Amino acid sequence: MQKISSVETLIDELCVAIQQKFTPEQLAETVMIGIHTGGVWIAERLYKKLNLQEPLGALDITFYRDDFTRIGLHPQVKTSNIPFQLDNRHIILVDDVVQTGRTIRAAMNEIFDYGRPARISLVCLVELVGHELPIRADIAGQTLTLSENEKVKLTGSEPLQLEIVTC
Amino acid sequence: MLNANSQIDKEGKLRHFLTIEGLPKKTLIEILDTAESFLSVTQQAVKKVPLLRGKTIANLFFESSTRTRATFELAAKRLSADVLNLNISTSSTTKGESLLDTIQNLAAMQCDMFVVRHQNSGAAHFIAKHVAENIAVINAGDGRHAHPTQAMLDMLTIRRHKPDFSSLRVTIIGDILHSRVARSEIHALHVLGVNEVRVVAPRTLLPHDIKNLGVHVFHDLEFGLKDVDVVTMLRLQRERMQAALLPSEREFYQCYGVTAEKLKLAKPDALVMHPGPINRGVEISSEVADGSQSVILEQVNYGIAVRMAVMAMCAR
Repeated sequence: MQKISSVETLIDELCVAIQQKFTPEQLAETVMIGIHTGGVWIAERLYKKLNLQEPLGALDITFYRDDFTRIGLHPQVKTSNIPFQLDNRHIILVDDVVQTGRTIRAAMNEIFDYGRPARISLVCLVELVGHELPIRADIAGQTLTLSENEKVKLTGSEPLQLEIVTC
Repeated sequence: MLNANSQIDKEGKLRHFLTIEGLPKKTLIEILDTAESFLSVTQQAVKKVPLLRGKTIANLFFESSTRTRATFELAAKRLSADVLNLNISTSSTTKGESLLDTIQNLAAMQCDMFVVRHQNSGAAHFIAKHVAENIAVINAGDGRHAHPTQAMLDMLTIRRHKPDFSSLRVTIIGDILHSRVARSEIHALHVLGVNEVRVVAPRTLLPHDIKNLGVHVFHDLEFGLKDVDVVTMLRLQRERMQAALLPSEREFYQCYGVTAEKLKLAKPDALVMHPGPINRGVEISSEVADGSQSVILEQVNYGIAVRMAVMAMCAR
């Protein structure tokens, strides 16, 4: 079984990586959006540590999922909240776990219904091998290869804990 | 006729939406929660979500309607469905085609959902009973029977202002006899567990079995308004009245019209609601309709979100 780092360590590493990749001037112009639910928890922490200026955005991608006709509506849909204009902005899109890329595709479709961003960078806590679409994280805290019956689960919001569960 | 449970499939999901009767609280809350999340779609530059892309929804209005038809059409379009509006008065029905033949033809055109408004009670149930497994039917008002999406948009309006249903006293005033809205609303308020539901009307405008609906009946507006949290007014449905049930509209306004003065009997923060169309100077004064307590136009807006929610939940 692979060892998984603690959430706090991964978040600190993500902050360092974001600050290395983008200049302070770039970050001053950046907006951050988390994907419900785990992505919002991670985004809240990154947002605080990076001291970003614009309010934090949140997306619920339920209405944009590509498997709606198979599984129907999720009973607890959260509300998307994009409290800023995102035309020509740099967006840091945050999710907890990225694997197939389908959630990110849905999130990008939703973002483009709000406006036309200049650039979207994808940041995640854990990237799993197993993509089904040509979508990769720009910055990932940790990359893991899991067997078919394993998945990564983030529980929260206080404290945030990451574990590999067998299903 | 289908029983109420046939609205729910084996997995507990909504299959048709025909009446509030028989639906559990859980389903009504789910409709309200889903509608609430659709409200954020209106903040998007593109006010659309791709949920029902590729689906075809037929709006079958056998009876005239402005608000309901427009908001069902907008709701379907905001879910990215293709919408077919059928003006039945100019269609084959006038050439003698039966309801069932019309429905079967539309099913052959691969429609996925029917939104039905009909002057006869039970029409939507009848259609639901005869459509194929993959087709959902939504009742947009049938005769005097039910208008469940109107009831749910009223519930959403109430919940957004007064989230705790258990403490609320709600009064419904006017032509209860001919009102499918009143019936659906009374059922929804009971399922959501309000403290008290009152109806206020002259004896001639009340159904004989009104007490079976678990409401307190008042014939005097002053008593009916006392200390209530929500006031809903209903229009006199002249087109359905087959006898002289009222002396005159003027007299009705004197006795049952809600004016600013009479509204003071309700709680100071009471909501003023009306499903429309409103008749100023008959059941409501302009001062009340346009006043600070009125949420009548909010109801129209929430109607879109509620209809989006019900369509999304019924879609296969």
